[in-house]
Amino acid sequence: MQWEIVIGLEVHAQLSTQSKIFSGASTAYGAPPNSQACVIDLALPGVLPVLNKGAVERAIKFGLSVGAKINSPSIFARKNYFYPDLPKGYQISQFELPVVQGGNIQIQADGEEKNIRLTRAHLEEDAGKSLHEDFHGMSGIDLNRAGTPLLEIVSEPDMRSSAEAVVYAKTLHALVRWIGICDGNMQEGSFRCDANVSVRPCGTEKLGTRCEIKNLNSFRFLEKAIDYEARRQIEILQDGGTIRQETRLYDANKDETRTMRTKEDANDYRYFPDPDLLPLEISANWIDQVQLALPELPQVRRDRYMSEFALSAYDASVLTSSRETADYFESTIKQLPGQAKLCANWIMGEISGQLNKEGLEITACPITPSQLATLLKRISDGTISGKAAKTVFESMWNGELERNVDAIIAAKGLKQISDDSTIEKLVEQVLTANAQQVADYRNGKEKAFNSLVGQIMKATQGKANPAQVNTILKKKLGG
Amino acid sequence: MTLSANDVKRIADLAYIEINDVEAKETLDQLSGIFDLIETMQAVDTSTVEPMSHAQSVVQRLREDEVTEADQHELYQSIAPQVEADLYLVPQVIE
Amino acid sequence: MFNASLKQLAVQLAEKKISSTELTTEFLRRIKQFNPEYNAFITVNEEISLAQAKAADKMIAVGQAGPLTGIPIAQKDIFCAKGWLTTCGSKMLSNFVSPYDAGVIERFNQAGAINIGKTNMDEFAMGSSNETSYFGIVKNPWDVAAVPGGSSGGAACAVAARLTPAATGTDTGGSIRQPAALCGISGIKPTYGLVSRYGMIAFASSLDQGGPMAKSAEDLALLLNVMTGFDLRDSTSLQRDAEDYAQDLQKPLAGLRIGLPKEYFAEGMSQEVARAIEQALVECRKLGAQTIEVSLPNAPLSIPVYYVLAPAEASSNLSRFDGVRYGYRAPAYSDLADMYRKTRTQGFGAEVKRRILIGTYVLSHGYYDAYYIKAQKLRRLIAQDFAEAYERCDIIMGPTTPTVAFNLGEKSGDPIQMYLSDIYTSAANLTGMPAMSIPIGFGDKNRPIGLHIMGNYFKEAQMLNIAHQYQLVTDWHLKSPV
Repeated sequence: MQWEIVIGLEVHAQLSTQSKIFSGASTAYGAPPNSQACVIDLALPGVLPVLNKGAVERAIKFGLSVGAKINSPSIFARKNYFYPDLPKGYQISQFELPVVQGGNIQIQADGEEKNIRLTRAHLEEDAGKSLHEDFHGMSGIDLNRAGTPLLEIVSEPDMRSSAEAVVYAKTLHALVRWIGICDGNMQEGSFRCDANVSVRPCGTEKLGTRCEIKNLNSFRFLEKAIDYEARRQIEILQDGGTIRQETRLYDANKDETRTMRTKEDANDYRYFPDPDLLPLEISANWIDQVQLALPELPQVRRDRYMSEFALSAYDASVLTSSRETADYFESTIKQLPGQAKLCANWIMGEISGQLNKEGLEITACPITPSQLATLLKRISDGTISGKAAKTVFESMWNGELERNVDAIIAAKGLKQISDDSTIEKLVEQVLTANAQQVADYRNGKEKAFNSLVGQIMKATQGKANPAQVNTILKKKLGG
Repeated sequence: MTLSANDVKRIADLAYIEINDVEAKETLDQLSGIFDLIETMQAVDTSTVEPMSHAQSVVQRLREDEVTEADQHELYQSIAPQVEADLYLVPQVIE
Repeated sequence: MFNASLKQLAVQLAEKKISSTELTTEFLRRIKQFNPEYNAFITVNEEISLAQAKAADKMIAVGQAGPLTGIPIAQKDIFCAKGWLTTCGSKMLSNFVSPYDAGVIERFNQAGAINIGKTNMDEFAMGSSNETSYFGIVKNPWDVAAVPGGSSGGAACAVAARLTPAATGTDTGGSIRQPAALCGISGIKPTYGLVSRYGMIAFASSLDQGGPMAKSAEDLALLLNVMTGFDLRDSTSLQRDAEDYAQDLQKPLAGLRIGLPKEYFAEGMSQEVARAIEQALVECRKLGAQTIEVSLPNAPLSIPVYYVLAPAEASSNLSRFDGVRYGYRAPAYSDLADMYRKTRTQGFGAEVKRRILIGTYVLSHGYYDAYYIKAQKLRRLIAQDFAEAYERCDIIMGPTTPTVAFNLGEKSGDPIQMYLSDIYTSAANLTGMPAMSIPIGFGDKNRPIGLHIMGNYFKEAQMLNIAHQYQLVTDWHLKSPV
């Protein structure tokens, strides 16, 4: 039997606020243990939560960027369970009436556009961390992370392969960074995925029993965990077994998922509206302000690059993979109108390759867009060849001659020979010196032409403009 | 509705309160009486009434996103049952 | 001195007839003398109190004194006070020295008042007799065989026995008014949202409200002026212009319409209470008020509604007591779950555990709609009853409690009988409207009787005016058991 995999994702994005969602403690990562846990985060008796405006604003931003409905009012609820990293014995979250309802994310899967529907996105607080180093058989609790604002983004079960799930997660990851609501640092846990996975016979409608895989903190683990889990479920079903609804944990070392808790011992969370917090109302005016301040979204920019610059869907997608890359591209193209493809090639090729090699973000790129534009201008106006440009690029990357393109060209003697009469003279010399090859060409040996071009380039140390050499050589030979 | 000894055990588990069988029986009797009192609510038809969560119909006030709290972990941990290396210690957490 | 009003004390302090240090020392001496018998205080800290008195004397000397500067106030042990043991009447917090001040404590400190000690209370404010405190029962100074009421039993006892000029309390279902009635003092629960809940250890967040307890309505007005006010740290705190609660005290009562809910005058009230209420109403009519019958058809459901909502919120509020970051931790356990269970089982008393179980149950899967949502809907119907009644009258009066103080131990084995002590008081917590109790006489064995005065939202000044006018022509509030 053929099986279809059905996947929905729950993503926890830490919001990039200065202070926590319900207290004035800092959210900075990596501080000494418990130095950023104030009386509210510690749940001392008598303390109360007050909601951070910055967290709400980021949620609105997200909602608007996925075309969702912003609920007003929305309600905060308590999710009750005991865990040492959860100081109050409940997590303040949203249950009924989340701040963001619905919405859509477009992804590029297998060269096709696909729509993934969002169910909701709600605000909640993060928990602290349990450190399992052995303290005489005990665990240590650090509550610095407790109370960090999270936006939990829940998708519909619209994905059909681990690859699609990864594309969706990457698209979402790019979006939250693009609109500046989350730093997206997966190592630090700023962007964490849970996957709901089920399988069903191809062609059937009814969803299979799903398992939730927790805490997938890299795209690679997300892909591997889904693949493993789907295989596991298919094997069970093929052997005539049934899937038990449960929460599973992915073990990256063993590349497998294992049971964390079954539905039977799942907690009864006893959600109820938090009486310490009032209904959150978001005015139309506030939504309008956020809308006005929202940057052009990646999807919109991608479409614009295709129509305005005639770039391919692939190029446009790569250039809009992050807002910084897209901005870099736009600053470059602004100084080099009509050369979009050239700009795109260099940014996706040389620049991106060099950045990857050195592990740099584009914001740390040593070559500015205007320096790059100057370099590309010298290619398009024939001053240097594409090959020479790579040499100039290397010098610029290394910071030579203050990254002055013309100075580097001059210093390295990379200027192309583009003067017709000079080239004509050169061509004539080479033709005279290679009478045999001229004869071969005239006898129909096309290959001889390339050899003659090679001779000319060699004679000029590669500096002759190849297009001009071609034209003039053809003219002379054809004559 | 009638409460069973199992219900009492289940809610005690959820609340992390220990109840032995003798206490469960006693608690069951008391809670049953209280729930008889609570059941009198069911006599009123409330199908068209909106639930009331708060005494005042006011909306949530928002804080500016500013760090206002300084590090006081020494003071706060001076009242903790067990601390080491600035961490609160608990019996091993097993995931 | 011990019978003096707050106003009289302020005058004596201003005229240097007495210093705050002397006043504080005298009350501390009285506490030392009488507390072993009454057990009204859990913690007394002479050093801190006297240091505050010294500072207050300096303020008075330089002419910076406010109406409460230098005056001792007893704080219910539910208010976190920095450097003070703050137990909430529980073994769970028997070692909790608060690292921070509650909003209310800050306000009294800023006013230059003296914290004379932390008063005993029912554990986590759950009780109507002060018999559930881990720190022992409090006695009623009028009759030591009787309960003082609860949960602010220590505060009521301390004011009645003149161990402090005034005290703070908190009221979730009647915890200021019921002990005030049973101890023959005055106490007011303000409109929900007027007094900051920040640092006031939560019992039921949507019902809890702090308020003052004192000898007279006039004293309550001065205390309210300090206690109320917006607090950024409490999302349910109301942003309103400051109000002088003493400004209307002298208004005549002519034309006042007093509503008497027929449901409150039906069965259940003892004869002695009924008689005292009738006499109080006669006085009010003499002062120019008229009485009319009103109806609160859903009010009798206040108790079941209250006993769903309050335990539900409490079960969640008390989850933070887990032995990890502060407070009691069981000495022996096998693993994490066992540590939680043993800590909570040993740290909480029977009544608190009972309410946690009720609350956990009504919120649990499959029961939430039938109990919690149902109760919230009835809460709205009860609030609507009051709103409609206030279209016909200015104020509502009735008994604070159905009977005078019962005997110690009389109801402690029967939670339902105990819960019914709040039959008249819990509605005001459900609606969030203000309500107060003032002494209006004595019943059997010289045990005090209280008159319940209820008003619409923000009608505190009018309620205090009525109580003050009554107290101008009667002297029940001046009577003291000592």
